[in-house]
Amino acid sequence: MDALMQFIFSGLTVGAVYALVALGFTIIYNASDVVNFAQGEFVMLGGMITVFTFEAGLPLPLAALIAIFVTSAVGVALNKLAIEPARGAPVVSLIIITIGASIFIRGAAQIVFDKQLHRLPSFSGDEPIHMLGATILPQSLWVIGGALLVFVGLYLFFTRTLTGKAVLATANNRLAAQLVGINTGFMMTLSFALSAAIGALAGVLVTPITLVGYDIGVALALKGFAAAMLGGMGNPKGALAGGLLLGLFEALTAGYISSQYKEAVAFIVILAVLFVMPQGIFGEKKTERV
Amino acid sequence: MTCRRKWIQISIIAAIMLVLPFFFPSGYYYRVGALVFVNALSVVGLVILVGYAGQISLGHAGFAGIGAYACALAPTHLGLHPAVAILLGALISAALALLIGRPILRLKGYYLGVATLGFGILVSMVLSNERALTGGPDGMSVPDLGLRSLLRDMGWRISGGEFWYGLNAVVLLIGIWIALNLYQSATGRAMRALHGSEVAAQTVGIDVPRIKLQAFVISAVYASVAGSLLALQNGFITPEVAGFMHSVEMVTMAVLGGVGSVLGATLGAAILTLLPQVLTVFAEYEQLVLGLIMVLVMIFLPRGLLPSIVAKLRGRGE
Repeated sequence: MDALMQFIFSGLTVGAVYALVALGFTIIYNASDVVNFAQGEFVMLGGMITVFTFEAGLPLPLAALIAIFVTSAVGVALNKLAIEPARGAPVVSLIIITIGASIFIRGAAQIVFDKQLHRLPSFSGDEPIHMLGATILPQSLWVIGGALLVFVGLYLFFTRTLTGKAVLATANNRLAAQLVGINTGFMMTLSFALSAAIGALAGVLVTPITLVGYDIGVALALKGFAAAMLGGMGNPKGALAGGLLLGLFEALTAGYISSQYKEAVAFIVILAVLFVMPQGIFGEKKTERV
Repeated sequence: MTCRRKWIQISIIAAIMLVLPFFFPSGYYYRVGALVFVNALSVVGLVILVGYAGQISLGHAGFAGIGAYACALAPTHLGLHPAVAILLGALISAALALLIGRPILRLKGYYLGVATLGFGILVSMVLSNERALTGGPDGMSVPDLGLRSLLRDMGWRISGGEFWYGLNAVVLLIGIWIALNLYQSATGRAMRALHGSEVAAQTVGIDVPRIKLQAFVISAVYASVAGSLLALQNGFITPEVAGFMHSVEMVTMAVLGGVGSVLGATLGAAILTLLPQVLTVFAEYEQLVLGLIMVLVMIFLPRGLLPSIVAKLRGRGE
């Protein structure tokens, strides 16, 4: 029982990171119908920039803010320079563009920063908290709390604010949104900035636990993508649930079956979900127009 | 495409293959050329899946991995000749593609992408985790094909590089010939029809799931044979051959050159294989340049290099 609780805690921590990546995916997918394979690089940038500005002597909160801001700028640049010019291109081209962009960002990071692994100090100490017969690191609570906070924030933004509703309108029908006076170009910029900022935040929160290096992005992008799929592409609730579920699956597999194959099980679960419910858990059924 | 144009395409490639060695400054370039041909072979397979049938796969390196490890494992564990191991690998790849193809190919777009991606990652994970059998991430050695010593006994002495350059060139030409024939066949026309519109293809009586499955299995066999040849010519193999980045490279080569055309795909394979060789001087910037090329080509030449160039030339000619 104690072991189970322990696995659940570690699963929720990892799952929260996947959920943040998946939420970032969801925002960009909703706004532009693009699956952004460079999403994992935002997490990497968030972690790396924080580490380097922090080591340069800035206080941690300021370093984190700078990292999130710079990463948002990278997100906006990605949209302006790579996604916007290829509007209307087939899915294969868009996949290659975002994968190309992710390789580019990784290559740039390895030149600007370095190829070492880095870590940050935990925000509130390393004293484990005893809870329900298991222990959890305070930093894990930061990660889980961060994911929940971002989710609630996004929910309120999209349902309670005019700007949020304008983003949804743009996602739903770009032309119609333009006709009612929405600045759709700005909404796209905003979506990419927001998505990159969330990715960077995930990087800041998780670096004290898992370390950061220039090449952590690929695995995170794949997991986050898988999580978004699991929950149903384009659905923020699905992204959160998919991320947490994926983290739990991995942790339980690592604990009870084989730690080598924990990532395999994640992909097996995803394949199974795709076969049984091709739209994911929360996705809506779509019919194709002829 | 008429029958004559098919032979013109094949002759052009064969002529280039024959003439190129005269410009090689050293024997090393035979190795590079052999690598280009192997990559081109798997990319021609992808042209059938992506270019003809309009599907996508981000996990085809998985089949290359199966072909490669078949050549590494079957000779030592089953006592098979490496040449037979190539066939065994192709058979296993085809069977696996048949098995997973039906449920996977119901999916579309990004969902199909992630499902194939998941398959590829599973294969590479098995290859790197089953250390007892595959040697894990460190890889394992692959026995010699034995064909070169056979030639030597017949009095024909050629270097390893020359041998693989020649063999891979022949295999690639056969692969291209099959792909071009397929393009004109009823099956090929059905593939192109469902690429245009699945619903329309269905209404004229095309068995859409079946045709998709055929394209998937054929391209899997191409990837598997290419993986086998790669393993045999290097004499060594690591699970990276089945990795996600290899799958991405394959799709990029296909799309870079022009996924609708076999010739273009060969060109794409050549460029992306040569690029790292050229960039070794700036090894630091290799990823940066590769990423940049992928983005720029997709934005400015969305149909790929060769079709865009041809379109431009034709436009000027008229």
